[in-house]
Amino acid sequence: MSKSEIISVKIGAEAGQGVKSAGLMLAKLAIRSGYHIYNQIEYPSLIKGGHNVLQVNISKDEVTAPRRVNDILIALNQDTVNKHFSEFSADSALIFESDSKIDTSKVPPNVALLGIPLSKIAKESGNSDLLINTVALGAVTAVLGGNLVILNELIAEEFGNKGEEIVKANALVAEQGFKHITENYKKFIKGFLVPSDSVSNFVPHMAVDGNESVALGAIASGLQFAAIYPMSPISNILAVLAENQEKFGYIYKQPEDELSAINMAIGASYAGVRAMTATSGGGFSLMSEGFGLAGMTETPLVIIEGMRPGPATGLPTWSDQGDLQMILNAHQGDFPRIVLAAGDAKEAFELTMQAFNLADKYQTPIVLIIDKNICENTQSYPLLDFSGYKIDRGKFSTQIIKEYQRYELTPDGISQRTIPGSGNFFIANSDEHDQVGYSNEDAETRTRMMEKRMTKLKVCKEQDMKKPKLYGPESADITILSWGSNKGTMLQALKGLDDVNYVHINWMSPFPTEALEEMLSGAKFILNIECNYTGQMARLIRENTKIKISESLLRYDGRQFYPEEIIDAVNNIRSKK
Amino acid sequence: MTKIDDLKTPHFPSWCPGCGNLNIWSSFKNAAVQEGWDNGNSAIVAGIGCHGHIVNFMKMNSFEGLHGRALPVATGVKMVNHRLNVFVFTGDGDCFGEGGNHFIHACRRNHDLTVLIHDNTLYALTTGQTSPLSEHGFKTKSTPQGNPDEPFNPLALAIISGATFVARAYAGDMPKLTEIIVAANKHKGLSLIDILQPCVTFNKVCTHGYYRENTYYLEPDYDPTNKQKALDRAFEFGEKKIPLGIFYKSDKPSYEEQIPQIKDKPLVEMPLERASAVELFKKYT
Ligand SMILES: Cc1ncc(C[n+]2csc(CCOP(=O)(O)OP(=O)(O)O)c2C)c(N)n1
Repeated sequence: MSKSEIISVKIGAEAGQGVKSAGLMLAKLAIRSGYHIYNQIEYPSLIKGGHNVLQVNISKDEVTAPRRVNDILIALNQDTVNKHFSEFSADSALIFESDSKIDTSKVPPNVALLGIPLSKIAKESGNSDLLINTVALGAVTAVLGGNLVILNELIAEEFGNKGEEIVKANALVAEQGFKHITENYKKFIKGFLVPSDSVSNFVPHMAVDGNESVALGAIASGLQFAAIYPMSPISNILAVLAENQEKFGYIYKQPEDELSAINMAIGASYAGVRAMTATSGGGFSLMSEGFGLAGMTETPLVIIEGMRPGPATGLPTWSDQGDLQMILNAHQGDFPRIVLAAGDAKEAFELTMQAFNLADKYQTPIVLIIDKNICENTQSYPLLDFSGYKIDRGKFSTQIIKEYQRYELTPDGISQRTIPGSGNFFIANSDEHDQVGYSNEDAETRTRMMEKRMTKLKVCKEQDMKKPKLYGPESADITILSWGSNKGTMLQALKGLDDVNYVHINWMSPFPTEALEEMLSGAKFILNIECNYTGQMARLIRENTKIKISESLLRYDGRQFYPEEIIDAVNNIRSKK
Repeated sequence: MTKIDDLKTPHFPSWCPGCGNLNIWSSFKNAAVQEGWDNGNSAIVAGIGCHGHIVNFMKMNSFEGLHGRALPVATGVKMVNHRLNVFVFTGDGDCFGEGGNHFIHACRRNHDLTVLIHDNTLYALTTGQTSPLSEHGFKTKSTPQGNPDEPFNPLALAIISGATFVARAYAGDMPKLTEIIVAANKHKGLSLIDILQPCVTFNKVCTHGYYRENTYYLEPDYDPTNKQKALDRAFEFGEKKIPLGIFYKSDKPSYEEQIPQIKDKPLVEMPLERASAVELFKKYT
């Protein structure tokens, strides 16, 4: 296997057949064998039935996006064959249930047909059909030339809490799936997943999705209170937080709705702890009133917004970038809206941690935007590290302060914060207020207070805002501009393109106007790529800069861009030029 | 020790002369002096309405939030610092209109909060519209032909939703109101006081005279631990038939008493460092 080569395995099944856990085990098997992975999961908004697919992409090099083709397709049902028969790569195989009547007539003739009696093997272990995904996992491990010992290790870890029996049954059927390949389809075995020689030198990697990395980032940042109402695609943030709350001594609370979620978190923060909430667009619509309340009362708060396609209920389990302008403009009136957007799970981890410090420093809500692809697609990274992170609570004190004024006017707009119970008196007031916090409608006071709050945005721009990141050559024929989960697709596409670079934007507000203008001053052709109908990032750029975008590539079908599509788009532009 | 002057702010109440809010304000201050509530041990969360202005007239740390959202803010405060006495000042519109859902759930979870409802049976700050507690047929700016909706019963709703201390008081009887506020605060769990609060400007029916005429206190031998009886009495209403006092009281653990993370001390006093999270990260390798 060459360094840049990617092997893509797609598993397709009905919801409930364990596609996700099988995909994750295969990913971990790859990681432990010294490879990088990117898992993409796609499924409809159904619990049982419906078509679920997961693509595991494995490479010796970093892999950051899904692929349009598959080298191995594992079909646990007919739908998988019907929907994906046109996605086979040149040298590929289909693993499928040989005992059922799966019709493979549409599969191209060059594809190796590896029929396996999956349910028979699963049933022989004394257990039910539930284990067919593990049989398939054993089989694909064999086809890839993977190591059964590592797979058994993973099975023991994954099912350990379900008891010895279950572990044994899974290990048994995995082995039989594996053997079925070695005994019947020996010539189709590929040497991809052989634990690489350098595996012992390979820095330990982890496989995380953005929901997990946000939760881990929050825990590492000293999160003390989270109120999150379930909603796709961020529900797994709350699952991770709920599970670990006793161990780390913070509270996760499921509130009655998002109105309550944000207000509870605001109350907790006012009382002195690090607090967060998370939601998707629909929940953020409800939270927009609390968003401004935190701004007005100058209460630190971290809000995670995981986008999915709207409006209304939209496509609950798919991805989109259509909430950007809503978030930048949510709530009545002006207040410092600090809005960041992560491009992958690692950025989500880092920006979550930074968001907690920013919230404390500027005493205002920080929104971190992610999207379904980031939330639920898994990528491998060197063990996420927070050893260098310093919890900084900003101007915060629990001591008695003489002549204390919560909203004292200061050059940077940031006042000393204390908490109820400290002995200090103040009013955290949603009405316009004076420096103590008493309601006040004077024109002069109002003017000063508005300026005080908005100054924080200016200071944040000077002290904390980061420039967009440039990937690829310094100067190029075509410059791609994008944000969010498109990052991974662009990085992958760059590997197959010459003379193209990519500018990735993380700071939405304050906006890096000068930096972006400078970076793009020599750009010859700017291709803006977004997953929404109106080009919301392009609008933001028009509003803040003099940059002229040459062309926009937009999609709003909920699907993730493949690197191949970006390469096609670039070639298309070149052929027209 | 809290002295009445400690609670003084530069702002004198802006409520109309004769407003029941003045009585609630005084009674609360009296209770604070009696019990020693101060900026070291207490916090107030208020809603939006005439009632919410109270934060400006009492030097006690407070959060004045959004219309309808006082309860979620207060539950957030209480969960992270259960050593604080947390008082919620809310209106019948704030608590039962815009914030109705929060009310049910705060009761259900039995958060250890003291909730004071300024019940003037209408929206006063917006100059007199109907509220969820307005009587059927009641004429207001928004119901000039008479209110077509039935009011709901806040006491019964609290009891069936799971609140563990449910009382009604009349603002005009300040000693008694003070006593009930103190008892409500001493109770561990969600304590609700529906305070009949005459609005002298917009409510010409529920006046001080009307309440003086028609209220009475539950009998000395009344047993507030009997839920069924409490519900029966909660539905008693009308001429000469408005009971006051503690309707219902039950000893269930409060929400905050059930959270293992805060058994030893409030969350706000815990360290933030999480070096041990490294172990958790290894789960993902
Ligand atoms: C979201 C929102 N909707 C409407 C209002 C306008 N508003 C302010 S107070 C109020 C009603 C207050 O009634 P109540 O809670 O009974 O308080 P009272 O003034 O009677 O004390 C309304 C509708 C608001 N501030 N916010």
